[in-house]
Amino acid sequence: MSLREKAAITGVGETAYLRGSGKSAFQLQVEASLTAIADAGLTPKDIDGIIPIGITGAPAEEFVTSFGTPDLRFSALTPLGGASSIAAVQCAAAAIAAGLCNHVLIAAGRNSFLGARAGVRIHEMPQFHFVTEFELPLGAIAPAQLYAPMARRHMELYGTTSRQLGEIAVTVRQHALLNDNAIMKKPITLDDHQASRMISDPFRLLDCSLESDGGAAFVVSAAERARDMRQPPTYVMGIAEGHPDSPSAITQRPDMTTLGLAKAAPRAFAMAGVTQKDINVAEIYDCFTWVVLCQLEDMGFCKKGEGGAFVEGGRLRLGGALPTNTHGGLLSQAHMLGLNHVVELVRQLRGQGGRAQVKDAKVGLATGYGDLGDGAIVIMRRG
Amino acid sequence: MANESIGKPVPHPTELSQPYWEALNEGVLTLQRCTRCEKFRHYPRLVCDGCYSLEADWVEASGRGEIHSWTVAHHAFHPGFVGDLPYVLVVVQLEEGVRALGRLHGVPIGEIRIGMPVKFTVDQRDDGVALPAFVPR
Repeated sequence: MSLREKAAITGVGETAYLRGSGKSAFQLQVEASLTAIADAGLTPKDIDGIIPIGITGAPAEEFVTSFGTPDLRFSALTPLGGASSIAAVQCAAAAIAAGLCNHVLIAAGRNSFLGARAGVRIHEMPQFHFVTEFELPLGAIAPAQLYAPMARRHMELYGTTSRQLGEIAVTVRQHALLNDNAIMKKPITLDDHQASRMISDPFRLLDCSLESDGGAAFVVSAAERARDMRQPPTYVMGIAEGHPDSPSAITQRPDMTTLGLAKAAPRAFAMAGVTQKDINVAEIYDCFTWVVLCQLEDMGFCKKGEGGAFVEGGRLRLGGALPTNTHGGLLSQAHMLGLNHVVELVRQLRGQGGRAQVKDAKVGLATGYGDLGDGAIVIMRRG
Repeated sequence: MANESIGKPVPHPTELSQPYWEALNEGVLTLQRCTRCEKFRHYPRLVCDGCYSLEADWVEASGRGEIHSWTVAHHAFHPGFVGDLPYVLVVVQLEEGVRALGRLHGVPIGEIRIGMPVKFTVDQRDDGVALPAFVPR
C-alpha cells in the first residue's frame, strides 16, 4: 500500500504574524485551528485526530477539552523540529489510510519573540543532548552557530558564495512584500545582505530567519471526503520523512553537506510519480538561506555543489523556473515551524495565492528541516 | 580577567561521559573505543554502532587531526561569551576517525582552511571547566 492520493489538505488557517502578540502559544494555536477547521467547512467536533506541533504546543487533551471533541480516535507527536509539520502529514495520511480517522488537525502556536529564544529553547530538548553537553560550553549555542560549519564546508568544497546565499534572502523578501501577513515590510538588495552584520560566519543577519509570534494550522482529511468539502481539494501525492546520519551531532556527520531530506526526497518523488520538472511552486524550509540551497540539491533540482549557481538569475523568483517561498518564508514572513509553508502551498494550488499567485500552479512541494538535519517533504497537486 | 568566564554554560557529565571530562580536566583528550571491534565512537554513547557491543574502553587520542569545517562567532547568544567575541569554533577530523569540536587558537581568521593540520590542546577556563581546543601543528 502507498500513501499516494490517500489524503488531502482540506483546511488552512493562520493568525496574524507579529513580533510580540501578548497571547499564549496555546491561544494562537487554537485561533489558527478554528480558522483552519472553518476553512475546511467542518466544525471542531468533526476533528477525530490531532497532531500538535512544537515544543510550546499543547497536548491533544487540551484540544479535546477546548473543542468538546466527542471521540478523538488518533493522536500523535512528530518531534522533528521544523520538519514536524510535514512529518505529521505523513503520520496523518497513514492513520487515515488505515481507516483510523477522517480529519486530522495539525496545529502550532508560538510566542518566540518575547519568550525564550532558539539558543535557549533547543537546550531544553532531549534530541540536542550531545550539543548541550559537548558543544554549548564551547560557545556553540544557537542554530546559527551549529549550522554554520555545514554552510562553510559547502562554500569551501564547491565555491558557494555569500552573494548566492543573499540571492535567496532577497528573493524571499520580495515575495514577503506581496503578502499582507508578512512581518518584514521593507525591500532588501544584495548589497543590504552583504552589509548586514555577521552573526556566525558565513551567516549574516539577513541569512537568518525571524523569531515571531503566531499560530498556523491545517486539516488533513481522507481523500474521498475532500472532493465534497468547502474548498477546492489539494491531494497529497508523495510524502516522506528522512533522518540524516549522526542526527544528534552535525559535527560527527560523515557528509556535513547532506541533510535528511536527501533520503526522503527520492521516496516522495517516487510515490508521487512526478519529477523535479513537474514542480510549479516550492515552499522550502528556510531557517537559514543556505538550508534552502542545500535542500534544492538534496531534492535533486541540481547536483550536490551546484546549488549556488542554481539559485542565481532569478530562478526562485515569481516568474522564474521554480518560484520558491512565495509567502516570504521563515526569513521574511514569520517563523511558524514550516506550517506556513504548507498553508502557502495549499493556497497556491487552490489559486488563492493573491498577489504572489504562481500562474496555473498544478503541482508543488513543501519541505521541512528540523533540529540537526531531519527532513520531510510533501508533494501535492490540485484536484 | 578573573571574572571573564563567570556565567558560561558548564558541561553536565553523565555516567557515560564522566571519564571523558575527568581526563580533559587532566589535560588529556580521550575517546571511547569499542572493546570488541575497536571502533572509536564520539560523542560518548552506550552502544557500538558497528558490532552493538555495550563494552567500551577509554583511550588517549593522538590529538592530531585536520580542520573539517569551522565558524567564527560574531554574536554572543549567551552573555557569558560576550567577552570572547569574535571566537573560532573548529570541527576537527581526528586521526582516529571521529571528530571533535573545539576553539581554534593561533590562526588568523582569514587564514583558516579546511584540511589545515591541527593538534589538541586544552582550554582551562577560569571557572575550572576544561574544554578541547586546537592549534596549528
